[in-house]
Amino acid sequence: MEKLDNIIEALRHDLAEAVEAVDRPYGDAVLTVSRTRVHDVLSGLKTRGFDLLLDIAGVDGLHLGGRERFEVVYILYSLRDDLRARVKVFVPEGDMTLPTATDLWQSANWAEREAYDMFGFNFEGHPNLVRILCHREFVGHALRKDYPMMKGQWATGTSDLRPDIERE
Amino acid sequence: MGVKGIPLTKHETGLITTRIEEVIRWGRKYSLWPLPFGTACCAIEFMAVASSVFDISRFGAELVRFSPRQSDLMIVAGTINYKLGPVLRRIYDQICEPKYVVSMGACACSGGFYDNYATIQGIDQIVPVDVFIPGCPPRPDAILSALLKLQETIDREPQMGPRRPITEHGKTR
Amino acid sequence: MNTTTHGKRMEENRIDNPKPGFEDPSPGVDLDIADETALEDLGTEPMFINIGPTHPATHGTFRVFCKLDGERIEKAAVEIGYLHRGFEKIVETKHYTQVIPYTDRLNYCSGLVNNVGYCKAVERMLGVTITPRTEIIRVIICEIQRIMDHMICVCANLVDIGALTNFWYFFNAREKLNDLLEALTGARLTYSYTRIGGLAWDLPKGFEENVKTVMKEVPKAIKDVEGLIKKNRIFIDRTRDVGVMGADDAVSFGFTGPCLRASGVNHDLRKKKPYYHYDEFEFDVPVGERGDVYDRIFVRMEEMKQSYRIVEQALKILPGGPINIDDKNIMLPDKDKVHSSMEELINHFKLIIEGIKPPAGEIYDAIEAPNGELGFYIISDGSGKPYRIKCRPPCFYLMNGLKKLIEGHMVADIVAILAGLNIIAGELDR
Repeated sequence: MEKLDNIIEALRHDLAEAVEAVDRPYGDAVLTVSRTRVHDVLSGLKTRGFDLLLDIAGVDGLHLGGRERFEVVYILYSLRDDLRARVKVFVPEGDMTLPTATDLWQSANWAEREAYDMFGFNFEGHPNLVRILCHREFVGHALRKDYPMMKGQWATGTSDLRPDIERE
Repeated sequence: MGVKGIPLTKHETGLITTRIEEVIRWGRKYSLWPLPFGTACCAIEFMAVASSVFDISRFGAELVRFSPRQSDLMIVAGTINYKLGPVLRRIYDQICEPKYVVSMGACACSGGFYDNYATIQGIDQIVPVDVFIPGCPPRPDAILSALLKLQETIDREPQMGPRRPITEHGKTR
Repeated sequence: MNTTTHGKRMEENRIDNPKPGFEDPSPGVDLDIADETALEDLGTEPMFINIGPTHPATHGTFRVFCKLDGERIEKAAVEIGYLHRGFEKIVETKHYTQVIPYTDRLNYCSGLVNNVGYCKAVERMLGVTITPRTEIIRVIICEIQRIMDHMICVCANLVDIGALTNFWYFFNAREKLNDLLEALTGARLTYSYTRIGGLAWDLPKGFEENVKTVMKEVPKAIKDVEGLIKKNRIFIDRTRDVGVMGADDAVSFGFTGPCLRASGVNHDLRKKKPYYHYDEFEFDVPVGERGDVYDRIFVRMEEMKQSYRIVEQALKILPGGPINIDDKNIMLPDKDKVHSSMEELINHFKLIIEGIKPPAGEIYDAIEAPNGELGFYIISDGSGKPYRIKCRPPCFYLMNGLKKLIEGHMVADIVAILAGLNIIAGELDR
């Protein structure tokens, strides 16, 4: 616990207003970060030992009543200290761009593609931001709260992957 | 089977008179070569049927051929979603006549409990199905029972001529 | 390498010492140089081939689109999503207990581990501690499932390489273990045995003795398979130095589980963040050296042996007592009381209609599944239905690294590498 607190304190010291809040629900540590500084915070955490990006989760907080409608949560793990941390970013509905984390961790590649597919986040700098789980003719973003559950969309064939090969 | 047998004696060779249709029916019934279109959990149960404990080869269906050109029974085991639908139809079209389709498991029969935007609610919306096997996943015994039911169906159908009216190539619905 | 008689014969037949009468008809031509100059005039074009999405039954559905230069893969693109079933959308409309069957179908080769992982996360959110007996039972079933999952992975891997016999050996042992779990839970593949706060029902009579008897088959099967492949020249040629992933790359790609350990990183959640008394059991964590397919297969074989040890120890310390916690807001009351007493009837009714209500908040909890770290990020809004469940599947990140693993190898290696990663499509696409 103290190691994690020390790391967070050092981070807040270096990047003054980037980390807006630190919560400790159920013993985890969640840092709320502003959208413009998220890349600095993530690279700061990576240099302080958080070398494993476990997951990037998108959340549609339409009924939760948070600051903005969408959230992006990065779940990080430090292999040398065995610590877990989460970084939460609030994203408004009107402007869903975020800097990509693929230059820090290669696991962000597909995790960001999934967040784009399910919610519509636009990760700037991502090498190949196309749909990954739904088919390429799908219109809309499936996990948003206003996407109807039963609305299926037929596909007319498999997609051509030649552009993908060159891009990634 | 409508066979008139002439018993073997020391000097005669055995001769059976029957109709060509019966021989074809006998051959097709007992050598259904499955194409396991396995996507999800039901594919693991199909592997268990093929293993030595439940042994599908007793019924002639041991030769699992993954090429549609070399098989005649397509067993759709697992959930089919909208992304995989065109692929399923294309593979079905490539199998040579007469072909049979078995829909294995709740997800293939009707979408299972995934009643949402991603899953096709029953593969009979895209391919014609002969036998539906309920279960999630169905027990290997149920799969063997379905194979026997399919063999009974083959018993009742005429074997000369196409099985179904030939439809336009490439139609998916 | 020690030359056997077979090796000596091969030495004798080499092109440098030909038998009399079998000399090279055009001596003096150095074949290596001849190849290069010949190829200069040859114009080659890259060929694009598509592998999948219908893959021979064992692995589910994904597609690898390759740009080939001859037989070598220059570039590849991997496409998944052919089993996307909308797990995360549909669980937003179900109660917490109704989500348990959906978690079964994530990694369907080891359904109980997913159940345990999900229930562990929700129990942590509720702030309850399960009873000691349930903890040990959950350990036993998780380790049995680990053995079964590794069996399927290794035998499917070997079938793809061409060694079919091992499929029968491992599947027979797996069927016997599956019979145990069928006696326990009633189902063959999709168990749904755990409940939030405990288990569905207690162990049947004689379960412990049956486990001890059946578990004796496991070392036998492992020994049979190892005997066939460990020193097999063909197996070693096909798997050594094929699909190598270094330690730093593996961590960067988000690998966890046997594939990370095969690359040399000693990370196992059972040792680093122990839960359910794992810190009291004596077991080792096998770690590979090179990160190739050979290491991945043998890390899994060793893990099976370690799971056997854990099950033996767990059976010795299995305590008695209740399996469900004593909390009216979480556990359903006994059925005979429901039919006779008003209070239990109302309690039952409220729990079924409204569901268990964890306090509003969010949590991330993970378990060491056979494939890696299976995590659940659950957001609750205080009602009986989860607001958002994000499942962190281990295969998703392994598949992400597939592109790097296969580029530079030949087409035939794709199959060996893919099978070594143990991709279960139910988990990959959710």
